[in-house]
Amino acid sequence: MAKSSNKYFLFIWLILIAILLIYFTNALISGDDKTLFMPGALTDGHHQIGMACEACHQNSFDNREQIVNSCIKCHGDERKKPFDSHPKQKFTDPRNADRLQKIDALNCITCHVEHQPDITKKTGLTQPVDFCVHCHDDIADKRPSHKNMAFDSCASAGCHNYHNNRSLYTDFLIKHLDEPSNLEKAILPKREFSALLDEIVTYPHSQYPVKPLTLDDIDKPENIASTDNINNDWLQSGHSKKGCNCSSCHQQKSNDKNPSLWITKPDHNACASCHEMEVKHFKRGKHGMRLEQGLSAMMPEMARLPMTANSLNEELTCNSCHRAHKYDLVSAAVDACLGCHNDRHSLAYKKSKHFDLWQLEQADASKQGTGVSCASCHMPRISYDVSEWLSRIMVQHNQNANLVPNEKMIRSVCIECHGLEFSIDSLADKNLIEHNFNGKPSIHIQSMDLARKDHQRHLEKTKSDE
Amino acid sequence: MKLSKSLITLGITTALATATMHANASDSVPIKVMADALHTVLDSDRAIYTKKVVGRLVKKDKVIKASEHFIDDKALPLPAQMFRMGAENVAERIADNPNVNFSYSLQSLWPINSQNAPKTKAEKEGLKFIADNPGKNYYSEEKLGNQKYFTAIYPDVGVAPVCVSCHNKHKDSPKTDFKIGEVMGGVVIRIPVDG
Repeated sequence: MAKSSNKYFLFIWLILIAILLIYFTNALISGDDKTLFMPGALTDGHHQIGMACEACHQNSFDNREQIVNSCIKCHGDERKKPFDSHPKQKFTDPRNADRLQKIDALNCITCHVEHQPDITKKTGLTQPVDFCVHCHDDIADKRPSHKNMAFDSCASAGCHNYHNNRSLYTDFLIKHLDEPSNLEKAILPKREFSALLDEIVTYPHSQYPVKPLTLDDIDKPENIASTDNINNDWLQSGHSKKGCNCSSCHQQKSNDKNPSLWITKPDHNACASCHEMEVKHFKRGKHGMRLEQGLSAMMPEMARLPMTANSLNEELTCNSCHRAHKYDLVSAAVDACLGCHNDRHSLAYKKSKHFDLWQLEQADASKQGTGVSCASCHMPRISYDVSEWLSRIMVQHNQNANLVPNEKMIRSVCIECHGLEFSIDSLADKNLIEHNFNGKPSIHIQSMDLARKDHQRHLEKTKSDE
Repeated sequence: MKLSKSLITLGITTALATATMHANASDSVPIKVMADALHTVLDSDRAIYTKKVVGRLVKKDKVIKASEHFIDDKALPLPAQMFRMGAENVAERIADNPNVNFSYSLQSLWPINSQNAPKTKAEKEGLKFIADNPGKNYYSEEKLGNQKYFTAIYPDVGVAPVCVSCHNKHKDSPKTDFKIGEVMGGVVIRIPVDG
């Protein structure tokens, strides 16, 4: 009787093992979602693409070089001078061999290890925060002002940024000493696209010459239905005013003479045929990074930030914010954001001074560029080198580009309207950020004071030498 | 800036081609000759940039400034920065072509950027040697990490008024009485060797 019972349990046990084996093997081989095998939760930056292991690991899980190459593939543009003050080239010189033995600064994954949620800081850093000590242990000798400062305060105090230090270096601080909190000329730059179309070689000039179009010019095939609403939305958009016709988005570009296929709902690839840079950046940020990896579009329900209940199943593509045919840039700058984002900072926007300014501008009661929308800060208008010989003011569609650490927002946004000292202090004040900058900073970062002393010391020395 | 990089790249290519031709004739190029050839190109390119570009446009014609923050200030890069950008460009290109392997940097006993102060024993000895013995070069071998290098250090002389005036006025310069013709630092060239 006992033997029979043992056989019974053995049989059940084997069946269970077989089921588990089939389940895991199936998930490994055929399933798109590999999160089942994930050793630890991913950072906020990568959690959306967790089911695409190959995005980072490529075809091997133990090849560090492949992982680093994956980092460079997405983040490489920012890891060069002037956007990175510690680029890889700084450490390849053999004279830095001793430093590399202390900390391998040649590889991204020395400081940014994924799947380690217990030790990962907000910036994705997994090294102890006092890592600067490895190379700058003698800083107090060179800069007496830094005596007695702890090495774990280098970055946390809002003074230094290992990668992008462009708004924090001493001479930049000196250049902006004693500026008022609100600058007299507080205005955001204008976008440049249509004005530079002649110089954008990839733009299909011959197919769609830049000229205003009317309803008579509509080039959709006769068998394709449209509505008055669609036609009027297009007529009021920037597209119709600059020669962008129905076929520009709805019909695949083709070099042969045969008519190409009509696409009922064009995706981001259609937009990229003219707005290549905008789409490239969109796919680098939180809104579009899943598309970059060939996954389904991001939906607010996947987000780690609080989102509105109505938006949870909305797919994020270009049209989610811009709205097909209408391409309303005003709506895309505020309403589109608040349609999904439901955190305290977002909800506080409509009580802020920035929103007051935005309303004034929209009511034509103030100059263009004086209003501050969500996009003004999170998708700012930046001067971008679109090629070796052309830069243009364009909207940075990677909303993550200036977000963490937030000092990156200083140059691309804050100092268009505010003094540098006010900007640094404001971005260091978490409470002020939560209230969407409705008030003045209650924190003071001493970097400007140190720069001021440094500058005065130099002026006095120059005077005494003369 | 692009022109300067092109000049450096062209110069180095010419030097390597010349050295290669010499190698074909005798089957090998003495490593010291290789380092000297590289230095001749680097030194010539930087002197030309300093005199014919920075000196002419900044000092003589006064049409543009030169600044260490050349992007922010919309200005010309300083000659030392142009030199360093070339060195970084070479480092990137060598990563794709390890058969051509060398590195170079500009260092000084009186650096404006303290990261350019001598670090290794050869650098410390060499920079002192070229400062104490004007006109002479310093050659040595050293092991850094797990790699042995032939290290050559060449005197870097202030060739134009802009060199000495900028260093003498800079707030981070530890020496403020440089004169034209004086050794201000050294060009360090390293070539990996077996052993």
